Amino acid sequence: MQLDEFFVTGDPLIYGADVSIILSLIGIIFVLTKYKKWKWLWNEWLTTVDHKKLGVMYIISAVLMLFRGGVDAMLMRAQLTLPNNEFLDSSHYNEIFTTHGTIMIIFMAMPFLIGLMNVVVPLQIGARDVAYPFLNAVSFWTFFMGAMLFNISFIIGGSPSAGWTSYVPMAGNELSPGPGQNYYLLGLQVAGIGTLLTGINFLVTILKMRAPGMTLMRMPMFTWSSAITCVLIIFAFPVLTVALALMTLDRIFGAHFFTLMDGGMPMLWANLFWIWGHPEVYIVILPAFGIFSEVISTFSRKNLFGYKAMVYSMVVIALLSFIVWVHHFFTMGADASVNSFFSLTTMAIAIPTGVKIFNWLLTLYKGRIKINTAMLWSLAFIPNFVIGGVTGVMLAMAAADYQYHNTYFLVAHFHYVLISGTVYACFAGLYYWYPKVFGHKLNETLGKISFWIFVIGFNVCFFPMYFLGFAGMPRRVHTYAEDTGWFELNAVASVGGVLMAIGFVIIVYNIYYSIRYAERVKTGDPWDGRTLEWSTPAPVPYYNFAKIPDVHGLDPYWQIKKEGKQELDIEEERLEQIHMPDNSGVPVIMSVLLFIAGFGLVFEWMWMAIAATIGVIVTMIMRSFDPDEGHHVEVEEIKEIERNVRRKED
Amino acid sequence: MKQIKHLLLFSSLLIFLSGCSALPVLDPKGPVADAQKDLIVWSISLMLIVVAVVFGLFAFIITKYRERPGHDSHEPDEMEGNKWLEIIWTVIPIIIVILLAVPTVKTIYELEEAPESSKDKEPLIIHATSANWKWFFSYPEQEIETVNYLHIPEDRPILFKLSSADSMAALWIPRLGGQEYNMAGMLTEIYLQADEPGVYQGRNANFTGEGFTKQQFKVYAESPEKFQNWVNKTQNEAPALTQNKYDELLLPGHVPRQTYSSTHLQWVNHAKNAEYAIKARERQGYNPEEAESH
Repeated sequence: MQLDEFFVTGDPLIYGADVSIILSLIGIIFVLTKYKKWKWLWNEWLTTVDHKKLGVMYIISAVLMLFRGGVDAMLMRAQLTLPNNEFLDSSHYNEIFTTHGTIMIIFMAMPFLIGLMNVVVPLQIGARDVAYPFLNAVSFWTFFMGAMLFNISFIIGGSPSAGWTSYVPMAGNELSPGPGQNYYLLGLQVAGIGTLLTGINFLVTILKMRAPGMTLMRMPMFTWSSAITCVLIIFAFPVLTVALALMTLDRIFGAHFFTLMDGGMPMLWANLFWIWGHPEVYIVILPAFGIFSEVISTFSRKNLFGYKAMVYSMVVIALLSFIVWVHHFFTMGADASVNSFFSLTTMAIAIPTGVKIFNWLLTLYKGRIKINTAMLWSLAFIPNFVIGGVTGVMLAMAAADYQYHNTYFLVAHFHYVLISGTVYACFAGLYYWYPKVFGHKLNETLGKISFWIFVIGFNVCFFPMYFLGFAGMPRRVHTYAEDTGWFELNAVASVGGVLMAIGFVIIVYNIYYSIRYAERVKTGDPWDGRTLEWSTPAPVPYYNFAKIPDVHGLDPYWQIKKEGKQELDIEEERLEQIHMPDNSGVPVIMSVLLFIAGFGLVFEWMWMAIAATIGVIVTMIMRSFDPDEGHHVEVEEIKEIERNVRRKED
Repeated sequence: MKQIKHLLLFSSLLIFLSGCSALPVLDPKGPVADAQKDLIVWSISLMLIVVAVVFGLFAFIITKYRERPGHDSHEPDEMEGNKWLEIIWTVIPIIIVILLAVPTVKTIYELEEAPESSKDKEPLIIHATSANWKWFFSYPEQEIETVNYLHIPEDRPILFKLSSADSMAALWIPRLGGQEYNMAGMLTEIYLQADEPGVYQGRNANFTGEGFTKQQFKVYAESPEKFQNWVNKTQNEAPALTQNKYDELLLPGHVPRQTYSSTHLQWVNHAKNAEYAIKARERQGYNPEEAESH
């Protein structure tokens, strides 16, 4: 292979990206070396198994990916603003919407939520870490390396361009040869390992590590949503793993599962993809529901209305999510009976979702609603998500879907549910739990400004797209003629897109600004919270709880506060040693080796893939024979840390 | 934010009412698209009620119970839930879903058949075959084939038999009705019909790669007499389609409109042979890897 085939050449945008990547790498290496931070980076972050630090790294990665996916989005909006625009040619445009979709779902939405789960769930259930801390680090690093593998495609070898759904036969070797589509397969495969491990890890954590007295029906709603999400992950992700593996066999090893030649069955891919893909959209929406439940309850100063109904409705949604996948391709020509069945199951999802919306409204009802940034994101979610939801019901009607399918109506719908559901929740969760991790709040003024700009921008960007759908504009077209009449609505949408970008920049600036200037919070409970995470100091000591709390009901911390705080007092003479896991470098090394193996497979350099795979197996053997049993935190050290924390609070 | 939301809704309603002719999906020219429009309008009306109720409640609650001077000291009572309220808002969505589901299922079944209004007429059969990035329309009974355009008689059901030579595409003529996939090695069928003469935009709606955007065609709906004239003229004047010529047309790319007095169905039906296009390209020395790098 020639060097100019290896690196993507010829596009000024990509040269620009090359330069900025090299400059930032040099910058990072320079800063780390100058301030002698390499050792710190390795000890504190790269080898950590602490759920809070892993959560932070998840969220930082997700914000980076939100930036990358957002740049893709801006490029698309720039291209579509004017008719017959030649800013991007079709190949380039195809690559951009493919990476936009894949990155936003797999490398932004999921890791952001999993990051919040990492930070919050053990604290909410009164645990000192997750069930398998080492595995948790493996999850993060495989996700991260999978994301990196996918992301380098646009400068090395070329990006995938078959859409995030990668329908065959177009995505197969016969019509899309070359490394691009391989990046999609291997990037998702490596990252998928991490997601599946997270699902197992957090389900076990939630089932086995709750504080005494916290029965299932006393769990905070975010923990409930995480538990159900884990079940979805455990059942759905193996399907993706298998589908990706089959397509990899097709593309790299000449198999014929999905090919045109030799009796392959392309429709099988669409089915497998969506059997994973539909639960996947609930994997990114249920934790969002959990976050909104927490925030709305806290800032209405009321417990969640209809707690049981909230739990059951999530369970019903999760079950239904496995029997609706055909609605993604009503137009494949299945029998009327099949399309009718999947129309009904899909519409049925509106029922538990409607129950949830009304329960949130009744939680607000007669409350004392405190409006701050976290609450604004949660409040804006309700009307926006209703728009996304009702248009979802419209799409569920198969006979009408023949007209909506593959159009901007669909694009508008899924952005309405994914942005006002998942993205709003990520921001609400970020503002809400940020002080717990970093010991200071994010600035409220900047927070509110960014909220309004982003939310107005979002509606201006995506609402017109419903009408573009009625106007007959298909998704994934890279340009359109003047006589289509699509110009005005596209121009409006682009203005909205710019507003969203400005909102995002302000949010990121707010993090920088708050780190520098925000006042440190004096207590671990800056919002007058209700659940156990707020009973810990901020920032949280690495062992979370010096003393595991006893739980007597829902919203245990609220209860404790009502009854006077003695229950949380640390009686120093009764402290005991705490058993904590040791850091380990194995997860990061294993994941780098997986990255190398994936990279080798992308270019079909088998020597590299085989060598790195052997390396992965060696790291597994090392881990299996590792006698490390963790360490104990001595009582003296706990006393010291706890005294410091209390002194700050007084 | 509420104000903005209301403004948005209001303005969109205005666009909705004034601009239907600019919105092909809501301006149908045939019974299939008409049935779909009725379903769409019915669902929009029901959904607007849902939206109005939720937005109204939402606006009321957050205005009334917002923390503000005079409403900032009391401690709200805890509420466990309310059995009757919860039953009500479970039952109402169920009723709405039923109101939507019944016409949906009815329409799904209806669209499987030729439209009711022209049941007595023999449907015209057209094979619509997609290949990267063009459309072949074969009229087996008339023995003619067109590339990238289509003539149909009005007021007569057209039975499209869909297939693809390579990527999965979707035949979509918004003013006549919704889309259906074209797949290699598979046969899918869809009935469409034009109620009035006119030129309608048709296209591939399913992403097929580089040339997808321009994979479009025009549909000329005309009176039965004019249609018959066009058929006769084509049969007499157009050249026959040879297999060599057809293979050449299968190479990925765009081609101008063409007309032939014989169909490719004589030697290949892509619904039964998924391999043909790949082999035809190989025969002509086409290498997808080279095409990819340009």
